[in-house]
Amino acid sequence: MTTHPDPALRETPAVAPQAGPADDWARGVDTVPQAVDTPDELQPYAELGLRDDEYDRIRHILGRRPTQAELAMYSIMWSEHCSYKSSKVHLRQFGEKAPPSDRLLAGIGENAGVVRVSDELAVTFKVESHNHPSFVEPYQGAATGVGGIVRDILAMGARPVAVMDPLRFGAADHPDTARVLPGVVAGVGGYGNCLGLPNIGGEVVFDPCYQGNPLVNALCLGVLPVDRLQKKEAAGPGNVVVLMGAKTGRDGIGGVSVLASATFDEGSEQRRPSVQVGDPFMEKLLIEACLELYDAELVVGIQDLGGAGLTCALTETAASAGTGMRVWLERVPLREASMTPHEILASESQERMLLVVAPDKLEAVLKTAEKWGVWATAIGEVTAPSPDGQPGRLVITWRDQLVVDVPPGSLVDDGPVYARPMREPADLILLQADRAETLPRPSDPDALRETVLRMIASPNLADKTWVTEQYDRYVLGNTVLAQPEDSGVIRIDERTGLGVALSLDGNGRYARLDPYHGTKLALAEAYRNVAVTGATPIAVTNCLNFGSPEDPGVMWQFAEAVRGLADGCLELGIPVTGGNVSFYNQTGAAAIHPTPVVGVLGVLDNVADRVSMGFVPRPAGDHDQLFLLGETHVELSGSEWAWVTHEHLGGIPPQVDLGRERQLAELLAAAARVGHLSSAHDLSDGGLAQSLVESCLRRGVGARIAVPEQFAGGSMPFVFLFSESAGRVLVSVPRGHEKAFTALCAEHGVPWEPIGVTDPAGGALEVHGQFRIGLDELRAAHSETLPRLFSGAETAQVAVEATRTGTTTVLPATAEQPVDVDPEAVAAEPIARAGEAPVEVDDAAEPVEAPVEAEGVPAGSDDVATDAAPEAGPEGSASASGEPDQPAAPDQR
Amino acid sequence: MTARVGVVTFPGSLDDADAARAVRIAGAEPVRLWHGDPGLHGVDAVVLPGGFSYGDYLRCGAIARFAPVMETIVDAARGGLPVLGICNGFQILCEAHLLPGALTRNQHLHFRNRDQILRIEAVGTAWTNAFQPGQEVLVPVKNGEGCYVADPATLDRLEAEGRVVARYLGGNPNGSQRDIAAITNEAGNVVGIMPHPEHAVEALTGPSLDGLGFFTSVLKHLVGAPA
Repeated sequence: MTTHPDPALRETPAVAPQAGPADDWARGVDTVPQAVDTPDELQPYAELGLRDDEYDRIRHILGRRPTQAELAMYSIMWSEHCSYKSSKVHLRQFGEKAPPSDRLLAGIGENAGVVRVSDELAVTFKVESHNHPSFVEPYQGAATGVGGIVRDILAMGARPVAVMDPLRFGAADHPDTARVLPGVVAGVGGYGNCLGLPNIGGEVVFDPCYQGNPLVNALCLGVLPVDRLQKKEAAGPGNVVVLMGAKTGRDGIGGVSVLASATFDEGSEQRRPSVQVGDPFMEKLLIEACLELYDAELVVGIQDLGGAGLTCALTETAASAGTGMRVWLERVPLREASMTPHEILASESQERMLLVVAPDKLEAVLKTAEKWGVWATAIGEVTAPSPDGQPGRLVITWRDQLVVDVPPGSLVDDGPVYARPMREPADLILLQADRAETLPRPSDPDALRETVLRMIASPNLADKTWVTEQYDRYVLGNTVLAQPEDSGVIRIDERTGLGVALSLDGNGRYARLDPYHGTKLALAEAYRNVAVTGATPIAVTNCLNFGSPEDPGVMWQFAEAVRGLADGCLELGIPVTGGNVSFYNQTGAAAIHPTPVVGVLGVLDNVADRVSMGFVPRPAGDHDQLFLLGETHVELSGSEWAWVTHEHLGGIPPQVDLGRERQLAELLAAAARVGHLSSAHDLSDGGLAQSLVESCLRRGVGARIAVPEQFAGGSMPFVFLFSESAGRVLVSVPRGHEKAFTALCAEHGVPWEPIGVTDPAGGALEVHGQFRIGLDELRAAHSETLPRLFSGAETAQVAVEATRTGTTTVLPATAEQPVDVDPEAVAAEPIARAGEAPVEVDDAAEPVEAPVEAEGVPAGSDDVATDAAPEAGPEGSASASGEPDQPAAPDQR
Repeated sequence: MTARVGVVTFPGSLDDADAARAVRIAGAEPVRLWHGDPGLHGVDAVVLPGGFSYGDYLRCGAIARFAPVMETIVDAARGGLPVLGICNGFQILCEAHLLPGALTRNQHLHFRNRDQILRIEAVGTAWTNAFQPGQEVLVPVKNGEGCYVADPATLDRLEAEGRVVARYLGGNPNGSQRDIAAITNEAGNVVGIMPHPEHAVEALTGPSLDGLGFFTSVLKHLVGAPA
């Protein structure tokens, strides 16, 4: 189960190196002495994504050429993905403009931000992208995206308690969306469900700009006692470095530099082996084992292995402590004995953590790992900084040969930083001049009725139950609100009722029209979504999805978005606690819409006070009064209506006033506390009409609405129902509370307008003088779209399931015997085509000639021609382990 | 004396803490049992919770069935110990042959989580005696492999002997034969149920409080049972 820490007693490799190419290479492993002796040897640094000046810099740091292993390490640590070399200069604003907060226990630069929510408890939350892997292999890409962010949260000392997933796909009716969406959704569900984490919200958005580059972002929320906060420092020379979790395999090698930092072209299917494979069962065991170690105070430091795998974890833990490290690489438990040093260092195999443990605690650590059935192996020890005060060095040997000797900080902190050229896109002025307010609008009741039904059935506004019911929202028993509510609400203390609310929002169309204000609008919406539950917003996370930073137009969009978010957070008085940047989201020269996704976290002192979005059923004769809070202007540019009915994108997005958002939030929290609110629902995409329909359908309660006078006549009722002005909320107030509520509105300076009543007995949504639509008709229009679009995929899966019988690749696993599947086999399987012999697929961007064994490619794999394959196993688990391309790295330094 | 109800944790169990919470809310003392420990520590009844024991690799429940604690539970169940298997627990009970039939992949091939109406059809079991015959209850269902199957003779026998404990109403969420959501053994002490009553015990977090009846039933059963 565990390898003995004493090198003298360590296991000899179970499999002796085979004769053949692998062995030749092994004998020829590039060592430090060899690098000194052969300074002029040509190295494939350009193929690894390093520029000439970056390579020269490595040589300067080391005073010699790097070994192959060192070159691989620098190339992944200095990739855009790990080093944030293009974004760093902008992200500094999050720190510089951060409002003062006494809640922040860990912020930007850590695995995830940690925020104190009571004297005893803190929460940690962060969102990350797993976009590129999810396009290449939707199921595993999405699954390992969840796995990666969960380990970030775990590394802070927290128990993960919920996940959320903002997802963006190409056009809903495009054939490739029918490939990508079902796989992504099954992957998110397959991993999160098997991990026992409730999925409490997210987004499902369709837009043609994401056709070749879907966005799969994943958020995890964790809870910890304040004094259990963990550090990543490899402090204390003499302490033991322990690798815990799954064995290391060839999966995900090159994932960081190849997948995350290059755009897709026609050869992208060749990169499938770079996607990692997840084993949520192993991660569940890892979670329980880590939490037990924390509680027993057995670890000095801990870091998860994410993008850049062992390389990132070793260098970051050492660099943050200023210590050195001595690692015996051959002690790393391998799935494939023929792996070479650089492969072991770059592998992104999933479900692994690096622990720093005092020698006298090692025995207890190994025992805990054994109890939970996970591997734990002492692979090295922490060494002292040099006597002259310089930080220590990271020294790695492999079978007694010195393969790495580097200053760890040079990989982590000394990477290149670029102030890339920026230029406002040339088409932006024309785009902004093409305003949606000039488009023809419906101006008679019949047209308005038809517009309501068409809008609520459009893919972005339609009911997402087809997606969300594939996620477990009940597990752990603390889910107070979940999708389709505006925020997920989780109880974090059963004794006191303390809880948190979380929402994630983004609008790529707004950001395309104006990245600065578009990002503020995303922030405002997430903030408002938290506020409508009655929670007080306290902290922000973000995932910034953009095209290539080498395109000055994209870089300008990025800089504007960051500026907007930093300014917005300052205005709202809540800090950015962490986040993630995803560049190179484009197909050929076409970038996606700039898509900043913003997450806001709020606190509820007692979750029993939470407010839902649904109108409340009442006994006969009783009803609630409806109020629209905020101001409605003629704001249709970038709206869902302009897109759905005119395929139009142009103009200037709605105005955003964060001071007013703040007043609105304070009003809602105060009103919720004293029971003035039966329901509250944010207005955003689709305007008031969408919010009314959702609030009616949530619990089957109708409403009668009167269009206010200022919106009478012509197309003004349409504006009232479909404008997307920000800063608005639809609330229902119990009878008898109206006066007190409107007085509270006046006190907070929030405009209100009585617009009607709920109609529990009526069974319809009626807009006086305009239309009446029965709830059944609304429900049918709203709920049939996604099943109609994606039920075809179910049929296809049935067929695949049938052909798979007898050729299943899902292997049994026990706690004592972690699953061991050749990642090449699993990854290669979906692209094998009928009639072709299953060939071994080498990593297209493999830096050096790493021989890859063809073992384990299932003979029947040519039966399988679709991506349904990985999800055909029990509960969708395709076994084996893998790794995300996300950096465990501190983001946004 | 408070009844002591054991809740087993297998590697990969997920709803174990929730089952323990439900036991506590029902007024009993939850006792956590560990898969590798064959001892039952004097419990009066046992809940096998939901989750993905051993990753559900090979087949749901197929590995858990061989856990040391299961050997003791199988013997004790044959001797009359009340045992409730929820979701993965139901799958384990079938694999352990304490209940007939099997749970297979949902017909539509998706994991499905929704609030589900059930009709309680057998109220003579250790876990359903607090319900009225024909009572309709609302509890969450959430599973990927909840499609109950058995050969026609077994199904007919279950029906004839009144051992179909609950059926899905208003839409079958997984394709189960004859809409079966829960069954019991001949003695009525072992019940397997696919939906999750432990997630319908608090107004704040569940769709109803209907799930509580399963846990109060066993207390009633234990009080009435000969010592």
